[in-house]
Amino acid sequence: MCLAVPAKIVDREPSGDAVVDLHGNRVSVSTVMTPEAQMGDWVLIHAGFAIQRLDEREAKETWDVLRDLRTVG
Amino acid sequence: MISPNRPIGAALERLHAAAQRVGREVKLMEVCGTHTMSAFRSGLHALVPENVTLLSGPGCPVCVTAQGDIDRMIGIAGVDGVTVCTYGDMMRVPGRMGSLESARCHGARVEVIYSALDAVRLAEREPESRVVLAAVGFETTTPATAAAVLEAERLGLDNFSVMASHKLVVPAINALLENWGGEPTGVEGFLCPGHASVIIGGDAYKPVIEKYGVPCVIGGFEPELMAEGMAALVEQIESGEARLENLYPEAVTDAGNTVARALIDRVFEVADVRWRGVGVIPASGLAVRESYAKYDAARVYELEEIEDREPAGCVCGQVIAGLAKPDECRLFGTACTPVRPIGPCMVSGEGTCQAWFKYQRPAIARRKRVGEERAATP
Repeated sequence: MCLAVPAKIVDREPSGDAVVDLHGNRVSVSTVMTPEAQMGDWVLIHAGFAIQRLDEREAKETWDVLRDLRTVG
Repeated sequence: MISPNRPIGAALERLHAAAQRVGREVKLMEVCGTHTMSAFRSGLHALVPENVTLLSGPGCPVCVTAQGDIDRMIGIAGVDGVTVCTYGDMMRVPGRMGSLESARCHGARVEVIYSALDAVRLAEREPESRVVLAAVGFETTTPATAAAVLEAERLGLDNFSVMASHKLVVPAINALLENWGGEPTGVEGFLCPGHASVIIGGDAYKPVIEKYGVPCVIGGFEPELMAEGMAALVEQIESGEARLENLYPEAVTDAGNTVARALIDRVFEVADVRWRGVGVIPASGLAVRESYAKYDAARVYELEEIEDREPAGCVCGQVIAGLAKPDECRLFGTACTPVRPIGPCMVSGEGTCQAWFKYQRPAIARRKRVGEERAATP
């Protein structure tokens, strides 16, 4: 249940909610826990909330590792 | 941060090397349903050294919820005019008298929601309905419940309340290290839940590490990252160290998400709460503060506590603490299956029993067959 997935903020709702791109789907999420998140930021999504703004540099490093692992494997 | 270009083989090699140097049995535990499923789905358990066991701890929110709390959630669905909103995992958890799913079949209104705010929107849309958000979960999910209460307050709704059974990760780890219902678990290192840690932060583990001298590693969810985390734990055990290592730094900071934590603190206060199979653990959960009593379904509907009467024969209470393996339960795979679950560990998509059922059955069958063949050999 604590599943959370990274997604990029691509738009804003008039209500202030963020619209994120989740594997090609546009999903509205609340940013009440991440008021600092800006357009273009990567955030972690859990049950309709952006629970954390991701450090893009660190995130990219992890994703690069995972991509490399899969290429190797 | 883990080094680039490090295949899982390298992480496993590191783990095997450290385990060999330690040279004795080592029990590690993850405390997160997502870790449980990732490890089983990827076959990680079969790849780790023989003397290292990765136990699945109380990380599945549905599984740790006390039976009495489940019964109360099912009970409130039967109250006239009430609409229960809950997360999908809760629907099929059996209570003493059916489940939320069966209550719906019998005419109760039970809605599955994605976000806690969906329940608030329903209450706003339907002023004649009395909406109860039945919420379980650890710190990852709790801020959402708090945000829902605050949103209901902002909108001035008087037809919204929460029946919250939220738990805290660190007191659970504390309890596992003291003893869980009188039984020592013997766990020497924790792979801490990545997303609960996003909220509580790495510093939250420091008191446990200092008190018990047990290493904690916050890890990501890919099997590669879990293997890295386990290697880091065994290396700490080998060197007699006990510190926090954060292998999920892109999401987890030392202080956690302070905004989310403030949301929790505003609506909830720490309370002694019941866990499945073990009873009350002091200061291990959250209760709605007096100042938000009008949003607390237990107070609004004057609900009595219900005694925990767990299904006969079900050992979920031991399974969630790593004290019993699912196949040690006489119901496992026979009376209790994902299609007709008896305990929550078989219901939940992240329950240990369901993970065993899905991914371990061939191995269990093979082990039993080999055992029988050996027994039959003169």
